[in-house]
Amino acid sequence: MNLQEQPAGGWPYAPGGGDGATFQKLLLDHALLRGARPAFREKKRGIWHTTSWSDLADEASALAAGLAARGLKRGASIAFVADNRPRLYATMSAAHMLGAVAVPLHQDAAPEELAAAIRRVGVTHVFAEDQEQVDKLLQVLPGCPALTTIVYDDDRGMRHYRQPELVSYDTLLRQGRELAAGRREILLAEAAQGQPDDPAFLFFTSGTTGPAKGVVLTHAALIKRARAAATAEGLGEADVTMAYLPPGWIGQNLFSYVQPMVVGYCVCCPESSETMLADMREIGPTYLLAPPRVLEALLTQVTLRIEDAGAFNRSLYRLCMGAGRRARASGAGSAGDRVLTLFGEPLIYGPLRDVLGMSRIRVAYAAGDAADPDLVGFFRALGVNLKPLYGSTETGFFVATQREGDFRHGTVGRAVEGVEIALSPEREVLVRSAGLFREYHDDAEATERSRAGDGWVRTGDAGHLDEDGHLRIVDRLEHVGALADGTPFAPRLIENKLRVSPYIREAAVFGDGREATCALIDIDPVAVGRWADKRSVTYTGHADLASRDEVYGLVADCIAQVNAGLAADPLLAGAQVRRFIVLPAELSADEGLLTRTGKLKRSAAAQRFAPAVQALYAGEGQTPDGLKIRDAKTFAPTVAPRRAGRSA
Amino acid sequence: MNMTMPIQTPQRAFAVGAPILELDSISLRFGGVKALTNISFNVLEHEIRAIIGPNGAGKSSMLNVINGVYVPQEGSIRFQGERLAAMTPTRAARMGIARTFQNIALFRGMSVLDNIMAGRTLHMHANFLEVAFRLPRARREETEAREKAEEIIEFLEIEHIRKTPVARLPYGLKKRVELGRALAAEPRILLLDEPMAGMNVEEKQDMCRFIIDVNDHYGTTIVLIEHDMGVVMDLSDRVVVLDYGKKIGDGTPAEVRANQDVINAYLGVAH
Repeated sequence: MNLQEQPAGGWPYAPGGGDGATFQKLLLDHALLRGARPAFREKKRGIWHTTSWSDLADEASALAAGLAARGLKRGASIAFVADNRPRLYATMSAAHMLGAVAVPLHQDAAPEELAAAIRRVGVTHVFAEDQEQVDKLLQVLPGCPALTTIVYDDDRGMRHYRQPELVSYDTLLRQGRELAAGRREILLAEAAQGQPDDPAFLFFTSGTTGPAKGVVLTHAALIKRARAAATAEGLGEADVTMAYLPPGWIGQNLFSYVQPMVVGYCVCCPESSETMLADMREIGPTYLLAPPRVLEALLTQVTLRIEDAGAFNRSLYRLCMGAGRRARASGAGSAGDRVLTLFGEPLIYGPLRDVLGMSRIRVAYAAGDAADPDLVGFFRALGVNLKPLYGSTETGFFVATQREGDFRHGTVGRAVEGVEIALSPEREVLVRSAGLFREYHDDAEATERSRAGDGWVRTGDAGHLDEDGHLRIVDRLEHVGALADGTPFAPRLIENKLRVSPYIREAAVFGDGREATCALIDIDPVAVGRWADKRSVTYTGHADLASRDEVYGLVADCIAQVNAGLAADPLLAGAQVRRFIVLPAELSADEGLLTRTGKLKRSAAAQRFAPAVQALYAGEGQTPDGLKIRDAKTFAPTVAPRRAGRSA
Repeated sequence: MNMTMPIQTPQRAFAVGAPILELDSISLRFGGVKALTNISFNVLEHEIRAIIGPNGAGKSSMLNVINGVYVPQEGSIRFQGERLAAMTPTRAARMGIARTFQNIALFRGMSVLDNIMAGRTLHMHANFLEVAFRLPRARREETEAREKAEEIIEFLEIEHIRKTPVARLPYGLKKRVELGRALAAEPRILLLDEPMAGMNVEEKQDMCRFIIDVNDHYGTTIVLIEHDMGVVMDLSDRVVVLDYGKKIGDGTPAEVRANQDVINAYLGVAH
């Protein structure tokens, strides 16, 4: 159907959105206002394919007709277990046209996890990526009586599947197009029927501190938050972003669905996760969302490659990065530093930005977890406008960030327009805005517990607010504690510093109520493997590598550097890492030690490694299962200027 | 790759059909060495057929006979019921038989994409001048070849190494590229000479999945030689067992596993 043409009785609503905006209305607006502009670009078989806004609206309408015919009702839930593809977001739009609630789930979830989510929400329809996901769903289908339809995108290996619940995307689209042909008015009326206060999404929280909860967000809440953030950053239809993070996470949906719906910018889907960096270089996004984990991986890559460079290049890099950090990140640069950055621009910063695909970035956010200031500093030194963004699923994600020209090192900035931030007496961060979640699905008690009265929502994060309203996040409130001698202890802060090292992938730090801080270190197998190869350290596997004395030495050096940094901060000097173990296996989400977005589940780790932690406090030696325990070098508290990070 | 799942689902996209390749009383000698003695078996359309046997049993010789590299002194080969006097590698390729090699035989300096496109040679008909002047047929064929190559690259999940020279790739990926080049010819029969030799468990699982997918998606008939018994038993519809150039077993994996001669050949027997 042709959406550019006005229906007989005029549009059933006023184009332009406004306060009555819902996602379905916004999509129809885009089809009308910028129908020929790209909504999505997807690289497939080596070629970028473009989906325009009118293509998207057209496809979504057809899918809506198809889904309606297969029983998707207003207020029902449709789950998504799929990759970032235009088809995923077209189906999401179709669901919203019908007034259904989108429930994005993680692709790497085990069958039981999917089943639990599907049962809890009463999901009736699922959009699945491929055979792998379909197999998982079919396995749990008997336990999910409400589930009636599974739409799958990729038909590879699906030829002999005969289950009546299954329908391919292509079939659904074809049937939908036939159905939609004569029912344009009905569909438009259906789209117009949706109200801004209807629920649009149900996200499961990442679950760092307990079982995942289903967070219900309305159209209005998400649209208002996204619009405020877009206005603050001056986003427009010419902006381009990459969609490469798990679509089960709210952040990815905000950047590849919610905000494009509000602003009309273009979302690019890489060919696969392995080609992400190359695809990003081809596209040159102007707007980017990156969790600290991804930024750390980039920094690790750069650091390792610089180490392979010649001595002259290495020292030039160090010189320029040091000057860049002082002049551009921490705001403590001298005139000499500023001159050096001028020289560094064509020699170091520009080429490096290009290699990272960040040449055209206007705004990049580090979000999803606390980013270490040194990590952010690296990218800012390169001239990339990377800013920490604070927010959570419950608070509509865009809560606080740095304003242009008002960057303050080490904070997450000030509240975004329309958000109020306060601290409770326990120093918990409270948020009040129009972008808050409606409720936890089917859990009135948890919803009640999260409310602090008068419209405030508890975030569960501990923080500081300075006199200018800059927010600094310390850690999850329940993790903040004190060592036995009263030194305040925030494990995430120290772990983030440890993870900035290219050799440390993840760390778990313990110390609440103890006499000292101790750490479990998970090494980065690639970086440490390369390091070992260069020094002719032979090893058979991860466990063997992790147990080498040479590797312990390497990790001890990394920790010493972090300790030196901590010693310079009077508040943190007492929390230096005293002793550590290198773990023999990678921490993984499948074992329940990380969340699906890669964050550490502290309590699970504490429980799993309880004997090791016990042994850590007994002194150097061995844990019961034979892991080596070593002391780390600690420093007397200093007030000397902080050592620049190892990469500077 | 979830290996706990049964690999062969009961229904398959392409049902096993009539014999596509029949070998009748094949004997192959190199001077006084009898590589193959009086071997007969057939390959059904769309099936996965494995040839197994201890070292020196004559497995690769068998594949080379099918492929036309060796001409047997005795016996005949029928392809789709038609008797072939002498097979040559070119003829085999034209009839739709493609293969991979035990020792990887790729163009080392060329990219993955170029290697796979090289597998399309038989489907390219433009002559030298047409290609040199980029005349319509040459352009069209090149576009088609690229499209097919990209389809295979997607199928084998090697998008990230599309432009990487083959020499820089690890072993497991080279094997995958070689499979890709064979697939580019759109073969009816695919001969795989030890596709999983020297791989670690994970690489083997990936390769198994790709072999099954090729069979399932394109309906390609597959004849493979393999050492790893676990792999063979999971993967194949039927198995031929060779020992000292003689056929000692033929049947489904279960039948072969129960065959006393096969057990003796593999585990040894007290003489």
